[in-house]
Amino acid sequence: MYQFFFDLTGNVIISTLAVALVPLICILLVTLFGVWLERKVSAWMQDRVGPNRIGPYGIFQTVADFIKMLQKEDAVSSEIDGVLYNIAPVLVFAGSFAAFAVIPFAATIIGSEIEVGLFYMLAVSSFVVAGILMGGWSSNNKYSLLGSMRSAAQIVSYEIPTALVVLSMVMLTGTLSLTQISELQTSSFWHWNIFGGPGWELSKFLLIPFMVVGFIIIFISTLAEVNRTPFDIPEAESELVAGYFTEYCGMKYGMFMLAEYGNMFAVSLLVSVLFFGGYQSPVGYLGKTFGIEWLVSLEQFGWFFAKGWFFIFVQMWLRWTLPRLRVDQLMTLCWKYLIPYAVINLVIIGIISLL
Amino acid sequence: MNYYDIMFYIFAAITLVSAWFVVTTRNVIYSAFFLLFTFFGVAGIYVLLAADFIAVVQIMVYVGGILILLLFGVMLTNTITNVDIRTGASNLLPASIATGILMGAVVSVMWYTEWKIQPTAAPNTTIKELGRLLLTDYVLVFELLGLLLLVALIGAASIARREKE
Repeated sequence: MYQFFFDLTGNVIISTLAVALVPLICILLVTLFGVWLERKVSAWMQDRVGPNRIGPYGIFQTVADFIKMLQKEDAVSSEIDGVLYNIAPVLVFAGSFAAFAVIPFAATIIGSEIEVGLFYMLAVSSFVVAGILMGGWSSNNKYSLLGSMRSAAQIVSYEIPTALVVLSMVMLTGTLSLTQISELQTSSFWHWNIFGGPGWELSKFLLIPFMVVGFIIIFISTLAEVNRTPFDIPEAESELVAGYFTEYCGMKYGMFMLAEYGNMFAVSLLVSVLFFGGYQSPVGYLGKTFGIEWLVSLEQFGWFFAKGWFFIFVQMWLRWTLPRLRVDQLMTLCWKYLIPYAVINLVIIGIISLL
Repeated sequence: MNYYDIMFYIFAAITLVSAWFVVTTRNVIYSAFFLLFTFFGVAGIYVLLAADFIAVVQIMVYVGGILILLLFGVMLTNTITNVDIRTGASNLLPASIATGILMGAVVSVMWYTEWKIQPTAAPNTTIKELGRLLLTDYVLVFELLGLLLLVALIGAASIARREKE
């Protein structure tokens, strides 16, 4: 993609910025329509109507909200820690935005094809943790501090099962590059990793149950990493007002929202790359049938977005279905169930892939 | 000066400026957060040296692990945030002698070593070779480090779980 923009403009800085703009626009769109979808889904589940005034089905409600948010006065408490308070939203958003640098939206639409893409994605999420702690501490509010502590503890704990499942997938595919993992699961949906990967050997069929277990573990732990219900104790409304961003308003609050929905989208895309073929179409490409090169990229982009949106929808579905876990239940689930199962799964997948 | 150099100076500036603030600031929380930017700058320099794996490990271990633990420790110790940690000069003479000797040693090593410089292309993939070396030539060191970490882990758990008599 960088080469394409470089050929178009001939300037290094402009083409770099253009490459960075693609995921930024994606995050903005996902946030705008994600918030709308969240409100609609919750409304449907509770037998309400939801936003319905601006645009058909209220689809431009969040656009209006966003414009309102941009205009708001930035009211800050006098007791806050000025510098850290202002850096924190930027740091949180930067952390979630940086993860998009390695996500391949299509075979040709990718920011950076680094070899360690998967590992990089896990690593940059630690900036989000640091930003959350910074925001919670600098707000000088006990709810904020408690929320940020809970959030950091939760993210750090649930990184372990995520990393273990990612490790087992790396063992199976032999690469850390998200593009190569997507390329391995090419052409048809029975080549996806959830169905045991490409090929028709015995090991493919042996792998399927352990792939499903791996998928469930990584889905639960990424759900906890993005602080969504049933794991939303960092921002539990009934206990902590809003958690670590209680004291924020206006666009700084908007940055936290952008980061939250960006994170949701990033982990949905990560899960779909690891188990559901990434940008690969489940059936085939119209572009390949007609021999049109750019249509293939467009279709891949569409399929990837569809998979991402599906997992975002599942996250919302769970949010409005399940009650919140207590802190001790949260830690029990992670350390006593998910981590042992993930380790056993890792060993079994290793043995099967040696067959 | 090309873009590579500009990027290098940006990361070097981030590292040096934030490291300066880490040691001079009076608030221990500020020190911890400036350390974040120091680690980030060093990771950027690793990337410019074509050591992408080391850069990511740097962020994973230092920012994701050590820094977060440090912040937790500082924030949960409730008396520490209200007390200014003294960063004034104390023991000026012994400290300057010790740091002077250390700096002299480092600079002389840099100056007098005959560095083997040969122009080579940056390796395109580092991680495969790294993994192969870790499990063949350096497997003993690798295993020993793993054992050391395990010992530290068990020690930490046993200290944390010690029951009051």
